[in-house]
Amino acid sequence: MSYVVDRRLNGKNKSTVNRQRFLRRYRKHIKKAVDEAVTKRSITDLDSGESISIPRRDISEPHFHHTKGGKREIVHPGNKEFVTGDKVPRPQGGGGGSGSGSGDPSDSGEGIDEFVFQISQDEFLDFLFEDLELPNLVKRQLQGVESFKYTRAGVINDGNPSKINIVRSMRQATSRRIALTASARRRLRQAEDDLKAMQAQDPILRDKRREEELELEITKLRRRISKIPFIDTIDLRYNLHIKQPKPTSKAVMFCLMDVSGSMNQAMKDMAKRFFILLYMFLKRNYERIEVVFIRHHTSAKEVDEEEFFYSRETGGTIVSSALKLMREIVIDRYPVDEWNIYGAQASDGDNWNDDSPTCREILMKDILPRVQYYSYIEINPRRHQALWREYESIEAVVPHFSMQQISDPGDIYPVFRELFQRRTAKAS
Amino acid sequence: MSERRPISTGSDWTFELIQDYDRELARVAKSYGLDTYPNQIEIISAEQMLDAYSSVGMPVGYNHWSYGKHFVSNEQHYRRGQMGLAYEIVINSNPCIAYLMEENTMMMQALVIAHACYGHNSFFKGNYLFRTWTDATSIIDYLVFAKNYIMKCEERYGVDEVEKVLDSCHALMNYGVDRYKRPYPISAEEERQRQKEREEYLQKQVNELWRTIPKPLGKLEKETKIRYPEEPQENLLYFIEKNAPLLEPWQREVVRIVRKIAQYFYPQRQTQVMNEGWATFWHYTLLNTLYDEGKLTDGFMLEFLQSHSAVIYQPPFNSRFYSGINPYALGFNMMQDIRRICEKPTDEDKKWFPDIAGSNWNETLHFAMQNFKDESFIQQFLSPRLIREFKLFAIQDDDAKRELEITAIHDDPGYRYIRERLSQQYNLSMNEPNIQVYNVNIRGDRSLTLRHVRHNRRPLEHESAEEVLKHLRALWKFDVHLESMQDDKVMESFHCRDSGFEVRSGDVDKELALLHNA
Repeated sequence: MSYVVDRRLNGKNKSTVNRQRFLRRYRKHIKKAVDEAVTKRSITDLDSGESISIPRRDISEPHFHHTKGGKREIVHPGNKEFVTGDKVPRPQGGGGGSGSGSGDPSDSGEGIDEFVFQISQDEFLDFLFEDLELPNLVKRQLQGVESFKYTRAGVINDGNPSKINIVRSMRQATSRRIALTASARRRLRQAEDDLKAMQAQDPILRDKRREEELELEITKLRRRISKIPFIDTIDLRYNLHIKQPKPTSKAVMFCLMDVSGSMNQAMKDMAKRFFILLYMFLKRNYERIEVVFIRHHTSAKEVDEEEFFYSRETGGTIVSSALKLMREIVIDRYPVDEWNIYGAQASDGDNWNDDSPTCREILMKDILPRVQYYSYIEINPRRHQALWREYESIEAVVPHFSMQQISDPGDIYPVFRELFQRRTAKAS
Repeated sequence: MSERRPISTGSDWTFELIQDYDRELARVAKSYGLDTYPNQIEIISAEQMLDAYSSVGMPVGYNHWSYGKHFVSNEQHYRRGQMGLAYEIVINSNPCIAYLMEENTMMMQALVIAHACYGHNSFFKGNYLFRTWTDATSIIDYLVFAKNYIMKCEERYGVDEVEKVLDSCHALMNYGVDRYKRPYPISAEEERQRQKEREEYLQKQVNELWRTIPKPLGKLEKETKIRYPEEPQENLLYFIEKNAPLLEPWQREVVRIVRKIAQYFYPQRQTQVMNEGWATFWHYTLLNTLYDEGKLTDGFMLEFLQSHSAVIYQPPFNSRFYSGINPYALGFNMMQDIRRICEKPTDEDKKWFPDIAGSNWNETLHFAMQNFKDESFIQQFLSPRLIREFKLFAIQDDDAKRELEITAIHDDPGYRYIRERLSQQYNLSMNEPNIQVYNVNIRGDRSLTLRHVRHNRRPLEHESAEEVLKHLRALWKFDVHLESMQDDKVMESFHCRDSGFEVRSGDVDKELALLHNA
């Protein structure tokens, strides 16, 4: 007798581990393909996977086998016109088609020298962000003792007295009483009705004995009903609260951008890509991320994303206005013990000369102590100005501040990587 | 013919129907005397089939990137529709596990049950190679053990370390099988007995006179030069497992695991034609018997015959679809042909197969199934009639000649020759380069020397040989040399040293002299 087993519900991803091993082994190839893909495609469509191709000979598993030469004899089916002793010209290329000698002259299967396969979006991003690590991310996770909050999680049968759920317990008691006394009450009602009917009769016709019996029964039943406890320990219900870790893994990202007349749309696009990359990177590391967009010319304003990137402004530039606004918002809305704060600033480097020292002061005093990381990119093919030099002096003393210059879109990714290079790599 | 009372009429399957069909098939199979392991039929989805594919069909297996590679490429092909999945996978275990895909129609499920659960299953249980080399009851347990063991090694020594060893072992997997059973080690008592006999014999041979005759100088030297191993060893992995000087115990165990699994698959590689032929023959016979009993509908049979004939189609050599001889076609036709020879022998058959012509076909088939492998099966049972039907011809490719030559066709003088050639084609040891452990320099640098004995002057492919030798060196951990021999001359030699890889060829005699002096 055979057993028939339905295995369809069993796990189907048995090969996942092997697949991961494969990706791991060829990570160099995949990494290269991913890096190429990033520079090729627009960063906004990083939401899809990527097809990776690896030269077939790199992933072959070697075995001893024969090669062309020597004498081989193969039996084929489907003879049409050959007779013994016929000579046939040696086919070009196909002669030594299969080295295994299994008799396979067709070489139509050859010529595919690339092994191509797909990786998913997640895998793509993993490879993309592989050896990047946001500075101080670990620090906050290790230091910040996770805070907890209690949330209700239904009702249970045991608990401590302070957690008794009165309504549920009483409801339970009521239903228990109803259930346990049902038959007694039915009989009581019956007996009372009978007694009443009897008492309505002419006293002469009454059956005294029966009357007494009924009265006795009624008192018995009443006593029995009253014996059922009003509330019992089994009725008690308790509220259940469970401890839930409060995600400290919340991050807020401040995007600061100069939108003065000197910033053209191409520069803004570049800044945008940088911000997006940063945003995606944060998204992989934090459960919740908020983004604050601050744009500035001579004065700063908090705006939504659309306005941030696409509306045009003209006029001069006072960078410190944006930093002041950021400081306000941080103090106002993002307490440091709850939020990981990241700042990213993009500008073309133009600033009113006497404003630059103010920027430095605000950064050093108010912003840098509060943020996990602050990065500044200058989108500017030309020479640096006062702001850059001021910032340089910050970079020299503050480890979680970094700055880079970008001159065309191809620079963004390398710069991004450089900014968030693993600390360890930097240290060594 | 009895009244038609089909088991089912629709094309959808249910678990009850599968059980009904299985019961009927089991009954018919029993009436034909098919002896099987109990069956365990598992219904799986297409994704699970892909998984099973990539792990060489085994339900459990250790983790290795190469399985991931197969999975990725199968998945890719499947997604693009370049590849259909097999309808079934069957595992040589006890109970015999057969996978059925949920997408199959009822007909296909019945076909697969007949094919796998009664065809392959009885082959696994009956064929001598499987009986000798595989232990169906313990294979699953062994695979579980192997998986766990390798997992533990990975935890302890790191994935990379384990992967390195596995890679090296996989490269030598085809050289990790015993082709003949080792004799059981003799007991201590026997050993003593033999030793005593030897002593007595030697005592009788003592002749003081001979001792005084001086030996020729050259000969003396030659005799003192002992080789280790004394006899060439064909099982490279076994040799490594037992003799590699610097392997850690866990590495030896990993070598052993790969070797055991290679050994488990060895019979399958040698009985492809027979195994598929046998299974195809029986699904055909069982289902036809059921049809004759009125248990199957005409529609069922039409659908069945359509897929059956697709399976046993043999495209001619010049067809676009030709990729060698289809083992299903050859196997099925040979089985059918044996039955024909038994039941309705022609004069030709009587001349060629005097001992089976007219005998009981079922007994003869069972005899063939039990006692042969592809090579000997073809040698023994390929009839001239089948050679004609397949229009077989042999073509010789000799690099010493400018043109290919047709050496035999399906005519009277050619039958035996073709049969011989075709049989050799299924001889694994002819197709794989014959490489054996020849010597270990135990007094010197511990280098390992392999010998490749060329058959028909066919040389080794250099690139892969280099890779494999590097893997071998990784296991042996001392220099490895490979000599490619022809008529006792070294034609080429490969040297895998610490300093790098080198191929030497050309002046054979000088080479030889050099080696002998060394």
